[in-house]
Amino acid sequence: MTLNLKIWRQGGKYPKGQFVNYTLDGVNDHMSFLEMLDVLNEKLINEKEEPIAFEHDCREGICGTCSLVINGYPHGPMQQTTACQLHMRHFHDGQTITIEPWRSRAFPIVKDLVVNRDAFDRIIQAGGYISVDTGQAQDGNAIPIEKDQAGHAFDAATCIGCGACVAACPNASAMLFVGAKVSHLSQMPQGKVESDTRVQRMVAQHDAEGFGRCSNITACQAECPKAISVEHIARLNRQYIGATLGSEKVAN
Amino acid sequence: MPFQSNVPAGELSEKWKQYRSSMPLVAPNNKRRLEVIIVGTGLAGGAAAATFGELGYKVKVFTFHDSPRRAHSIAAQGGINAAKNYQNDGDSVYRLFYDTIKGGDYRSREANVHRLAEVSVNIIDQAVAQGVPFARDYGGLLANRSFGGVQVSRTFYARGQTGQQLLLGAYQSLSRQISLGNVELFNRHEMIDLVMQDGKARGIIARNLLTGKTERHAAHAVVLGTGGYGNVFYLSTNAMNSNGSAAWRAVKQGAYMANPCFTQIHPTCIPVSGEYQSKLTLMSESLRNDGRVWVPKNQEDAAAIREGRKTGLDIAEGDRDYYLERRYPAFGNLVPRDVASRAAKTACDEGLGVSPTGLAVYLDFDAAIERYGKSRAHSLNESNADKGRIRQLGVAVIEEKYGNLFEMYEKITGEDPYVMPMKIYPAVHYTMGGLWVDYNLQTNIPGLFAIGEANFSDHGANRLGASALMQGLADGYFVLPYTIGTFLSQEIRNPMVDPDGPAFMEAEAKSKARIEKIMSINGTKSAETFHRELGKIMWEYCGMARNAEGLQKGRRLIRELRKEFWSSVYVPGRVDEYNPELEKALRVADFMELGELMMLDALDRNESCGGHFREEYQSEDGEALRRDDEYAYVSAWEWDDTDPILHKEELIFENVELKTRSYK
Ligand SMILES: Cc1cc2nc3c(=O)[nH]c(=O)nc-3n(C[C@H](O)[C@H](O)[C@H](O)COP(=O)(O)OP(=O)(O)OC[C@H]3O[C@@H](n4cnc5c(N)ncnc54)[C@H](O)[C@@H]3O)c2cc1C
Ligand code: SF4
Ligand code: FES
Repeated sequence: MTLNLKIWRQGGKYPKGQFVNYTLDGVNDHMSFLEMLDVLNEKLINEKEEPIAFEHDCREGICGTCSLVINGYPHGPMQQTTACQLHMRHFHDGQTITIEPWRSRAFPIVKDLVVNRDAFDRIIQAGGYISVDTGQAQDGNAIPIEKDQAGHAFDAATCIGCGACVAACPNASAMLFVGAKVSHLSQMPQGKVESDTRVQRMVAQHDAEGFGRCSNITACQAECPKAISVEHIARLNRQYIGATLGSEKVAN
Repeated sequence: MPFQSNVPAGELSEKWKQYRSSMPLVAPNNKRRLEVIIVGTGLAGGAAAATFGELGYKVKVFTFHDSPRRAHSIAAQGGINAAKNYQNDGDSVYRLFYDTIKGGDYRSREANVHRLAEVSVNIIDQAVAQGVPFARDYGGLLANRSFGGVQVSRTFYARGQTGQQLLLGAYQSLSRQISLGNVELFNRHEMIDLVMQDGKARGIIARNLLTGKTERHAAHAVVLGTGGYGNVFYLSTNAMNSNGSAAWRAVKQGAYMANPCFTQIHPTCIPVSGEYQSKLTLMSESLRNDGRVWVPKNQEDAAAIREGRKTGLDIAEGDRDYYLERRYPAFGNLVPRDVASRAAKTACDEGLGVSPTGLAVYLDFDAAIERYGKSRAHSLNESNADKGRIRQLGVAVIEEKYGNLFEMYEKITGEDPYVMPMKIYPAVHYTMGGLWVDYNLQTNIPGLFAIGEANFSDHGANRLGASALMQGLADGYFVLPYTIGTFLSQEIRNPMVDPDGPAFMEAEAKSKARIEKIMSINGTKSAETFHRELGKIMWEYCGMARNAEGLQKGRRLIRELRKEFWSSVYVPGRVDEYNPELEKALRVADFMELGELMMLDALDRNESCGGHFREEYQSEDGEALRRDDEYAYVSAWEWDDTDPILHKEELIFENVELKTRSYK
């Protein structure tokens, strides 16, 4: 099939950033979306043009690196599918496809479709962990955790840190990402001890990074490739209120 | 340079304990004055960086990824082994040790492997304490499953995302150390050379991938946790950016590369579909518990399937060859990875492959669906359930067990594996070879350490499933933090290393010159084209089956390719900017040299063992022929552009008896 691609380019020849149109033929059903971009880049390189910068690594939906807005949808139109898992059989001959980077103040554009997501690392550094040093652990079976509860914690822990939730949110809020980590750790007995300080510190960092407020639009859940539920934001909110109102200890 | 395994004396089971209590320590006040560079934030590097920070060393950690959490370890699916014996099924440290030595076809060091088995239990405890949501039983205790090549259930798992959860555990611990100021993180920084000073590893030259600027970083010791080099084959199950350059840069400074030809080819991956293919996707080993592997018995049927005139469903039961069950009645579909992979290749070489490329076999769940369906119907008291109902019940069971894998398969191939048998083919998956290290995980360069998949230490000629995660975390959390003391305790009187000293300035100038050279060629072919070409040569001549003639030819072809690369590669863009094409070109240049060394190593090893199959050395019925009297050694190569030098570390087996692996 032949495709009309409308791709956001920024940096190099396009200092201010703009859409550039490309026509690509010879695309087949079995290619993945990123392989289609590989083919385009190979073509550009052969013409001594600069290839389009986009990020990717595992190409199987787990590392959270790929980050394309395709026809307006973060990770493209398929539900629960990262851009790297999307295949060309879901597109048709002659179709126009628009490809853009995540857009958010807290994710500055590096080049073309590549953004900087260091803010997510800093949020985790603010408190997204359990304070245990290597060698301090007791036996793994010392604290039984009910199967379903472990499962719920897992549902939150499965977040791949891609940032699609931010890209989907009109407020560019990262509350789904923060909620997922808060919810994962506070549902494990080991993580309860620090849960009050954790939630305060992570939310403070979230705000300091320039992410927006959550106003319950839930677009994040719809676009999240791992189907992280907004229930985790609700759990975060309950915990945040409890921690700030009920507790004397306010994190610094 | 020193070349001793430095295995401590004593009983196998006491060595590590005794050594640990008698090795030199570094006092807390001195730790603050010792700097350590760790390259890599996968399971090995991430765990080490966090632990070193906790211990009080001054740590700088580097990753070329945008975040430590994106290391290739994130993609591990199946699980992690540990000799906990929670299932009370007779597991023990000794048994895990023995299985690993045997699974590795007797080409690893006993003392290292025993230590690995010992500390395996601590890893699980540590991960649980970090909040890793492992699978649990109804009683709330940790669940286990079994993996290929062993008879106990010792694999811990977190759904199909064990690597992700373990890596996030390490990443979070690392993040805590970063926030405490004990560790400084350099993300999007790629090590492009190792700096040596007075015969010791003293730092690295890194390229800031956002700005393209080179930087000099100094330390008392350098640790490489930079992963494996499976991408030398271009197509593999590794993440796209995994590469061997950090290790190779060390080799170019004199570090030895051990057993480079030992690569693991995983039998169950989704086959190649076209020339544009960029990577291959693994279908977990666990599928072979229920799937049956087959090809048509005759070539006409296979040809008809390839041409689309028939499908697998049209082949009658009697016309199918369940070749693993036929050749290996004792283990059947559950033979180890190397055996299953070779058998698939043999079938396809005989013209029995079932995809348009001719390179695929079936993995069929039909029998399992029927079996589970019947048993489900029975337990539901539906004695007169018809065929359709039985199928429906069976599909539900399979979905529960492997749903996410089936879904992934369908996303990629567009075929429904509940109806059509899956098509699979072997693919490069893991590299057992790596930097040579002694018992302390120190390379032959003083002050340079290697951990995780980057070293060669524990898996011999073949790695068992669920053992790479175990090894990476063992090295990072529980081994290196102790053993590095043997080196660092000698360094307490040495001041901070000066990154502006002559050795650093010279190394930086050399790195810059290399980059300039690559950019200035301004030829016509992309780095990707060379990489793909290299991959084809490697797969053809150094893949699942190798022979002397092919290996010689392969080496020649690579040398030609290297020459062509340095005269006609084209790298777009500029040096001082974000430039992924430049990153790729530098890595491909290293891969080509490494590939050449792999050919040489495979040529030297005149035997078949584990993942290394030399066609000249096989039994009458096509099984691998190991030659212990001549080849029970680790090959440690010193690089030289025309004539690499082979050093041999004899492997001494005091505790296990060398036997021929048999799965018949
Ligand atoms: C699909 C798949 C499934 C797997 N499943 C399992 C499983 O179920 N069980 C199991 O035990 N094993 C499994 N493995 C193997 C296992 O995942 C790997 O062997 C292991 O994770 C390697 O960890 P590592 O820390 O050594 O390296 P990696 O995780 O590869 O990390 C390498 C790190 O080094 C950094 N780095 C590399 N070079 C440089 C450089 N030059 N400069 C700066 N940074 C650099 C990278 O950025 C990265 O942070 C699987 C592998 C694959 C491919
Ligand atoms: S919550 Fe979902 S969309 Fe947001 S970072 Fe995590 S996986 Fe991505
Ligand atoms: S490339 Fe890893 S999730 Fe898409």
